[in-house]
Order: sequence, then C-alpha cells, then structure tokens
Amino acid sequence: MTMLDTLLTALMLQAGYNAALVALGAGLLGIAAGAGGTFLFLRKRALVSDAVAHATLPGVGIAFIVMVLLGGDGRSLPGLLLGSAISAAIGLLLVEWIARRTRLAEDAAIGAVLSVFFGIGIVLLTVIQTMSRGKQAGLESFLLGSTAGMLYQDAVVIAIGGGLALLAVLLLRRPMTLVAFDPEYAAARGLEVRLVDLAMMGLVLGVTVIGLKIVGLILIVAMLIIPAVTARFWTDRTEHVVLVAGALGGVSGYLGAALSASAPGIPTGPIIVLVAFGLFFLSLLLAPKRGVLAALLRHRRFQLRVHRRQGLLALAHGEPVLDPLTIRVLRRDGMIRGDMVPTDAGRARAAKALRDERRWEIARQIHQDEAIHGRYDGLTPIENVLTRDEIADIDRRIGGPVVAGGAA
Amino acid sequence: MKDQQVIEQTVVELAAGGERPSAAEAGGVAALQLAEMTVSYGEKPAIFSVDARIPARSMAAIIGPNGAGKSTLLKAALGIVPRLSGKVTVFGEPFQQARHRIAYVPQRASVDWDFPTRVIDVVLMGLYRELGLLRLVRRRHREMALACLDRVGMADFAERQIGQLSGGQQQRVFLARALAQGADLYLLDEPFAGVDAATEKAIIAVLKSLKEAQKTVLCVHHDLATVIDYFDHVLLVNVRKIAEGPAATTFTADNLQATYGGRLASAHIDQLKLPA
Repeated sequence: MTMLDTLLTALMLQAGYNAALVALGAGLLGIAAGAGGTFLFLRKRALVSDAVAHATLPGVGIAFIVMVLLGGDGRSLPGLLLGSAISAAIGLLLVEWIARRTRLAEDAAIGAVLSVFFGIGIVLLTVIQTMSRGKQAGLESFLLGSTAGMLYQDAVVIAIGGGLALLAVLLLRRPMTLVAFDPEYAAARGLEVRLVDLAMMGLVLGVTVIGLKIVGLILIVAMLIIPAVTARFWTDRTEHVVLVAGALGGVSGYLGAALSASAPGIPTGPIIVLVAFGLFFLSLLLAPKRGVLAALLRHRRFQLRVHRRQGLLALAHGEPVLDPLTIRVLRRDGMIRGDMVPTDAGRARAAKALRDERRWEIARQIHQDEAIHGRYDGLTPIENVLTRDEIADIDRRIGGPVVAGGAA
Repeated sequence: MKDQQVIEQTVVELAAGGERPSAAEAGGVAALQLAEMTVSYGEKPAIFSVDARIPARSMAAIIGPNGAGKSTLLKAALGIVPRLSGKVTVFGEPFQQARHRIAYVPQRASVDWDFPTRVIDVVLMGLYRELGLLRLVRRRHREMALACLDRVGMADFAERQIGQLSGGQQQRVFLARALAQGADLYLLDEPFAGVDAATEKAIIAVLKSLKEAQKTVLCVHHDLATVIDYFDHVLLVNVRKIAEGPAATTFTADNLQATYGGRLASAHIDQLKLPA
C-alpha cells in the first residue's frame, strides 16, 4: 500500500479501530482547543498557556511515582492527568501571584514558572528511568504527544474533557468576551475580572491536560492559539472567530492524527501543529480582507482610485489630463471620449469629486488626529466615513454652493 | 450654613424612612456620594480622603489638572481600582446594591479597536445584565441597540467593524452602550477628549436629554472653556478635594487658582467664561 492509500484509509476511519479512535479523539480535542483558545488570544494572554502546559510535567512525574508506590504500574492515564492538572494549577496560580504581588511583569513570571517547572519535570523523569518498579516506557511521549497504544478509556477521557471544555465555552462566552474587549467596563458592571480570567485559564488548563497524550505539552500552546489567529483572518465577529477556530482546530486534529497513523514513528503533536500551520498559511495568503493577496489587490485598486480622482479633479478644473494610466482609467469608465473631451457623465462625476474634495479639506481640519493617521484619505466617498450630522456640519462651513470662477 | 442644610436634609430623609429611593430622591438625595475616599498606587495617594455629593438630576463635572486623580476618582467610585478607604453610596443605597443603576463610559483609548466585533455587538454588551450567560439575542434586543445607536447618530454604522471608526465615532458607540443599560447615573471619563466638534455637539445633546429625563450625569472634563455651558455642578480636585458645589458659585477664579496652582496663569483665568 502506498502512503497515500494509508492516509485515505485512515481519513475514512477504516485503518482499524484504534486509528479511528485516535482520529476522533484528536478532532474533538482540536475543537475544544480552538474554541477555548480563542478567548486566550482575544485577551492577549497566549503565553500564560505555555507556562501552564510546561507546568504539567512535574505532576506527570509525581503522579507516576505515587501510583507505583501504591502498587500500580504507574501508567493509568486518568491518574497521570490528575497529577498534571494539579501541578499546572499550581504553576498558573504562581504566575498570577508573581505578576500581582511582586514588581515583576507577567512575562517575567511566565518565563520563571515555565522553565523551573519544566526543569523539575525533566529531573523527575530522569529519576523515574532509574526506578526498578513500574512501566516507565512512554512517559516521555507527554512531551511531544503520541497516539501509539492509545486505549479506549484514554479516548473516553479525552472525549469527556473536550465536551466539558465546550460546555464551559458556551457558559462563559459572554463574560469572557466582555473582559477581553473592555476589562474596565466589565469591572464597572460588577464582573469579577480576576475570576473570569481564572475561569478562562482553568478552561485552558483543562484543554492542555486532555491534550497532553495526543499533542504533548511542548506544542499544545499552538493548538490553543493557531486556530484562533487563523480564524481572525476570515471574520470580524467574536462568535464567528470562536466557531471557525473550533472547526479549524477539529480539522487539524483529525487530519494530523490520520497523517500520523500513516507515518508511524513521527510524534503526533508536531504533525497536528503542522496541519494547523498549513491552514494558517493558506489563510494568511487568501483571506478576503486581511490576507496578503487581498492587500495587494487592494493596493492596485487604490492606485486606480487615486488616478481616477486626480483625473476627475483635473476635468473639474478644466486642466489637461496627461498621465497615461489616468487617461486609461477615465476612458474605461466613460468619463472622457477618445479625443479627451469629457462626457456628460464625466462632467457630473467631476463636479461630485470637487465637492467631495472641499468636504474632505474641511474634515481634515476638524479631525486632525485622524487625518494624521491616514483614515481620512480624501478618496473614499465621505458618506462612507462620516455620519450625516458630521457632513452637515462640514457643509455649513463650506457655505452655499460655490460657482467656479466667480462670486456665488 | 451648608452643614445646617445637610443636617436638615438628613432629618427629612430619616423622617421619610430613608429607604425608598424614589421618595428620597424627590427630597434631593445624592445620586453619588463619596465619603473619605482614598486611592493609592503603591504608597503615593492618587486621591486622598475625598468627600463628594453629586445631586440627583445634575450635570456634574470633575475638574482638575493632569495627574490630579480625576479618572482614578471615577474608577475607584466604580470599584474598578481598589479603594484604600472610603464609602460609596448610590441613590442612598450601598454601592453594591445599586451598581446596576450606573452606566460607565470609559476613555475610548482604553480598549483595542482591532478587536473582532461590530458596532452593534458593542452596544449589545450594554444589555449584559438582561442577556445573562445564555439568553439568545432576540430582535427586540437588536432593535433596542439600534435605537441607542440612533440617539448618537450612528444607526447607519451598526454592522461596521469597530476598527473602521474615527475617534469621535468610537466615543459615540461607547455612549450608545451606556444608554442601552437604561441606567439612572452616567459616569463618563473624558467623553470629549479628542473628538470632533459635531461629535461633541451630539454627545452633549444626548447628555442634556438624559438630564431632562431625570437622570444624573457626571463627567471627567478637561476643557475649562465649556464648563459653564455644559455643567451645573462641579467638583474641583487635585488629589484632595478643592471645592464642590453648583457651577455658578463654585467655578470661580479663586477655586481654579487653588486647584491648578501655578499651572494655570491668571491671564488664562481672565479669558475663561466664569459665572457672572
């Protein structure tokens, strides 16, 4: 069987019971991570989740040791996840505490907690390798994720966790949006901003913990952030960012797990992240408003608009049009005839352009801040930028209609 | 003399039961009352032991130089920044019980305007209390938000992404969000800072209509030239309270000199429109 066949089989959930289980689990995890991570992205606190993820490692090690000491083989997934959740929560609270109670900024707190907890975790894993009891093989897969030997119970744990995370998103979406957009207003309305933030981080912590097995702690931050950033390319509405990010995360997880099943030996986490990155890259290029190609097109259209406006103003002032591109634009629009004489439509448009120009001149005087920031480009029809009363105000300043070349 | 009035007032309120806001308000209870409020960043007080009493149905302004703690005063009254000491009373009730009667309009520079949301969604945030966690946004909610946008002249902009707005339009959207709350007390932080003349006119028209509808408005305000035209009650602060009272008797050259110190040349004061 070629690799493509293997992939297709895996995609169709026909590569065997275990592979199907893994693909579905990874898809569900991706949905939860994408939707939950959106709020992290909107609150601009993506890196806190990286600290939380790295802080899971000591918990994994300690849970293993405790389970071995209690007589087990130390590999029960729920036990390991519980341990990782506890140490991640400690790491999260430490970041919060350092940022609030000391003079250190949050980024310093993140750096400190992330590296110290990860260091402790690696030391514990090394100690565990030398232990004579327990089945330590496979613990290091929590670093980069692995789906080999995933059990039915493991998939159930991930499914329940993912479902709970989505429920939390549904319940908390309004307070989390309000706090992300305008924390001061949220506080004034009586929301406990700190509690909402903690709930959001709790949601992220939950997603991180259930993602440990498949994606691994080093890359889980990518699953939380990349889908949201990708979704932002396609929409300007918060709810839609959440939905699209969930869908993108689900697709990345499902595709990545299927790919990984057809190429055993490569860890699952990196492949899922690379799929997510591929979707990001496509969006970066192709998104209709915020994409790179759209920006190029917009630039070209802008250039044509400048030439059109320059040509119309020249017509309005009775000046000759010389620039070849300007002439081409005016001809194509039917503003001038072949012998450069303006048509009736051309004269009307030229008069309108002149009025717009006068209004913009006043608008720029009134709105000096915006004029500096380039929002008032003078090319957009003014009705699209200013409100009616603002335009009426400007027209009052211009005075009555001005007859060119003489007193009104 | 003033103290005597307050005492009499208190007696009247006690006689009226002091409980029912409507009855008490008719007797002139304060919309917002601050008692010995102190706020400090680190160990430097930004606001020190300020008492204030903003009468109901007034158009009031907080005035003072940059760094005098004007915005901090507002935020501390709202519980956005922690108070070191002090008590806040709203329409005669403890702050927590009456906070839903307050609408806050923050400085527009305080948020990221590239946030993925539309104008109407921002106004719908004003209905947070009504919508709660799970209720769906229905047509009547949308219509109410549109009506609020219409009041600030922005109904045509409802579907725009907020990043496309000018500074004045951003300020109008924030005001529309506050209107959607249907509050009784409106606290605005520098609503006229950096907005165009048409927006300033539109905002002051809305604020005056609120006062006519028996609401109370309190603005942090920095333009001394418009104080007398816009406001009927002023609170002059510079970390401490300098003076408070009706604009006609409080917004005086002496009080301004005391508030601004050397920062306001007497030549400036001469040019100001002061109460006759």
